[in-house]
Amino acid sequence: MKELILVIVGAALVNNIILSQFQGLCPFLGVSKKVDTSIGMGGAVIFVIVLASAVTSLIYSFVLVPLNVTYLQTIAFILVIAALVQFVEMFLKKSMPSLYQALGVFLPLITTNCAVLGSALTNVQKEYNFLFSVANGLGTAVGFTIAIVLLASIRESIEDNDIPYNFQGSPIVLITSGLMAIAFMGFSGLIK
Amino acid sequence: MNKCIERLYNGIIKENPTFVLMLGMCPTLAVTTTAINGVGMGLSTTAVLVFSNLIISMLRKIIPDRVRIPAYIVIVASLVTIVQLLLQAYVPSLYNSLGIFIPLIVVNCIILGRAEAYAAKNGPVESAFDGIGMGLGFTVGLTCIAIFREILGAGSVFGMEFIPEDFRITIFGLAPGAFFVLAGLTALQNKFKAPSATNGSVPQSKLACGGNCMNCTGSACMANHTTLETLRIQAEEEALAAKKAALAKKEAEMKAKMEKKDE
Repeated sequence: MKELILVIVGAALVNNIILSQFQGLCPFLGVSKKVDTSIGMGGAVIFVIVLASAVTSLIYSFVLVPLNVTYLQTIAFILVIAALVQFVEMFLKKSMPSLYQALGVFLPLITTNCAVLGSALTNVQKEYNFLFSVANGLGTAVGFTIAIVLLASIRESIEDNDIPYNFQGSPIVLITSGLMAIAFMGFSGLIK
Repeated sequence: MNKCIERLYNGIIKENPTFVLMLGMCPTLAVTTTAINGVGMGLSTTAVLVFSNLIISMLRKIIPDRVRIPAYIVIVASLVTIVQLLLQAYVPSLYNSLGIFIPLIVVNCIILGRAEAYAAKNGPVESAFDGIGMGLGFTVGLTCIAIFREILGAGSVFGMEFIPEDFRITIFGLAPGAFFVLAGLTALQNKFKAPSATNGSVPQSKLACGGNCMNCTGSACMANHTTLETLRIQAEEEALAAKKAALAKKEAEMKAKMEKKDE
């Protein structure tokens, strides 16, 4: 139990997927203008990454390893994730319309988000079993949500500030995320 | 022949994926700690891009339109696996330092974007040259950023140290430095009003996403765009309907007023 919590905290804070691993930057910079949308995006990412880690972990240990074709992992994972997202979208549309309304637009956006494939591949690289894969996926996704919501709230509060012309737009967002990355480096002593 | 040279020029200068289109930001920020890594990542991506463009453009009349995206993904993922195995066998040091970003070439917007925007509509030779141009443009971009970061952060270029340890700014070699370097780059683009997707001076074409996922057509999910498009149309229709309703309400009020007056 203690190890599981360590994996989750490690993935969420110490090795934050965006601020120290640089995966999933496009939505981080693109969908962080408003806190509401960033929460929606974060929710969708949590949903998809946890599901994807579970499914890819099962596929890896029950299909790829027995057949001795682990070198096909990239192909298998990306296809499984793409199919999974489509399937989840259809399922939510039919049976949980309220959840679909909240996450709907964001679901297809994250099919090709590198964070999803990245966390699936990390699970294999670190030889996590099913439970640890899900925990790592959850931690990763929570880390993503923390980072994107923080950035969105900072962006909302500096919106009316007097920023020099050259730094308006993306430069100030990038500098903000750089400062956040420095702050997150402070977590690196948390877990040995 | 002219068209091939035009493709190279287009990829390296006019629509440079790193400096102008701002595509593939994840590897751009993550692997540019040293110049060698930048060159290695750029060339690996180039190899995948050239062959994926070539194969997809040769198969473009065979692949049915409805399943083209999954088909492209399978082709690209196979090529990435081949590149990964080759790197692992022949350049293990580069393989270790690039790590997870080699398999992540599959989800690089540039590759599926070029497949969809160019290779699916043009012949194999032009498509291959388009791949070479775009790939070299990406390599040049990564290498420039990487050299800059390596000089500031580690005081060296391609591993040759020339700045003493006391004068280095270590943070540029770490994660936050990547953000700061890119911020400086985009600020310079703003200052000189250089064409770039981030300051909106490049028209938001199908490829120039500028980090904006809501408009990004470069990535694999074409279905996404139809969804977004229908949502937009729906919103417009709703707005129109609301306008009409408001107008009708106004008219009805006017009529009621007139009737009152008549009475």
